[in-house]
Amino acid sequence: MSLGKARPYIMIFPAILVFTLFFLYPIGYMIYLSFHDWNFISPDKNYVGFDNFATLLKDAKFMQVLQNTFIYSALTVSLTISISLLLALWLNRKGAMYGFVQGAIFSPHIISLVSISMLWMWLMDTDYGLLNWFLNLFGISNVPWLTDPKTSLLSLIIVAVWKGIGYYTLIFIAGLQSIPKDIYEAAALDDTSKVRTFFKLTLPMLSPTLFFLTIIGLIGSFQVFETISIMTGGGPINSTNTIVYYIYENGFRFFKIGYASTAGVLLLGIIGVFTILYFRLLSRKVHYQ
Amino acid sequence: MKKNPLWKVLNGIGLLLLITIFALPFVWMISTSFKTLGETMVFPPKWIPDNLLWENFSKAWNSGPFLKYFFNSTIVALGILVLQFATIIPAAYAFARYKFKGSNFFFGVTMVTLMIPTQLIFLPVYLQMSAWGLLDSLWALILPFASSAFGIFLLRQSFKQVPEELLEAARLDQASEWQIIMKIMVPMAKPVLITFAMFSFIAHWNDYFWPLVMTTTDASRTLPLGISKLREVDGGVAWNILMAGNLILVVPILFVFFFAQRQIIRAFVYTGVK
Repeated sequence: MSLGKARPYIMIFPAILVFTLFFLYPIGYMIYLSFHDWNFISPDKNYVGFDNFATLLKDAKFMQVLQNTFIYSALTVSLTISISLLLALWLNRKGAMYGFVQGAIFSPHIISLVSISMLWMWLMDTDYGLLNWFLNLFGISNVPWLTDPKTSLLSLIIVAVWKGIGYYTLIFIAGLQSIPKDIYEAAALDDTSKVRTFFKLTLPMLSPTLFFLTIIGLIGSFQVFETISIMTGGGPINSTNTIVYYIYENGFRFFKIGYASTAGVLLLGIIGVFTILYFRLLSRKVHYQ
Repeated sequence: MKKNPLWKVLNGIGLLLLITIFALPFVWMISTSFKTLGETMVFPPKWIPDNLLWENFSKAWNSGPFLKYFFNSTIVALGILVLQFATIIPAAYAFARYKFKGSNFFFGVTMVTLMIPTQLIFLPVYLQMSAWGLLDSLWALILPFASSAFGIFLLRQSFKQVPEELLEAARLDQASEWQIIMKIMVPMAKPVLITFAMFSFIAHWNDYFWPLVMTTTDASRTLPLGISKLREVDGGVAWNILMAGNLILVVPILFVFFFAQRQIIRAFVYTGVK
């Protein structure tokens, strides 16, 4: 009988142990470290109170990193969502051709970001890249995609949007297909215009999907690392440096463990706000059928 | 409007344009991987190289211990998968089928970790691995992913849908809880398990961030890291070798995708929405 009562605890124990060791404890440890000054090598961790937070918020480089992160996330998510929604409305049809196109636009999603990054580095090469060759055909001179601070962040956004579109489109298509057909038939009987049907019917019915993709997209884009690490290394002149890369740089290159942890705590806060927002709005505003 | 031939032509051109935007970069990758270094610097670009330079692939492969990388990648991706199955199946069953004190609390803990990206906590985990002496070992790549909140969440949903009568009948037949899980629950949740397996395997096979942070020597490095190191060969970038190396990483996955497209897409869309 005693085994009966203990059984569920035994069953969840391995999973909870992993979460505790590799998620919960590290978060506590990170918060602890953010109040300390430590270079990883010395045996002592110096308690400094809120000094790291004060330094971080006064650091012009970090302010740019924050700005880069927000610009990157806002543009990547809004572009991916709007393009994908349009593509979903267009490609949500039966037929081998549409299936093939859906597969083609989805394929970047399963490819390693390492390969995607290197492929786009080559496509965006200023002198010998395919992208500039294409622009030359229209009389546009070579764009220094990754080497000019004016275009570098935008170039990374292009790559992220290109990679993300297929996945978003298919989720939207799944959302569209779950809308009951008879609602559309009723609208058609009433002679409602296509645009009106979209804004009055489709969009509200799609709002849970839209909302899900926005939050997942934002949380995902706050963590961008691979493309930056491989394509630009945060440069030129800090123009593509974002939070996770900044934490990596400070922790692993400059050994400012406390300082890097502080940036981590800040990112935790930002992601936390969006997560809470997600559940709040999900329970109130979003329309369910 | 649908029957209008002009619309049909425009629609066709649009679809072709889409395919071009998403497939042409890969074609360009394949084309480059067969070129000589000189041919990569020809402008306007050459689509079809004069000779197919197969040796680019062996050059890429031999630039590092790729067999070792390949072996490590396989161990890590499969090791994670096996441990995940071992931890999420019982946990999901407990959360779906038992009422116990603290179950809401523990499920809450699980869901909180779902929201915490590994990119956020790599630094404290790194320090912890260092303290345990596990840095630069395959353990450091496997253990943090030994369970999955996402997997528990998915599986709990499908375990909940199994009718209670089925379990009562099994219990009357003296089946142990373990037998119920293995003979009833797991077979009924097979589509979800396969979906999850695909999702997990591709994510960890492709992962670059975690191995980059946790490993320092070739003994524990994985394929994406090995490929990324090709950039550092002889100062300037040898695009032909680099693209050949990436093709080694990309082709197996594209090949599998080509044959199992429907299942893979369904898996990803399913895990995304539900």
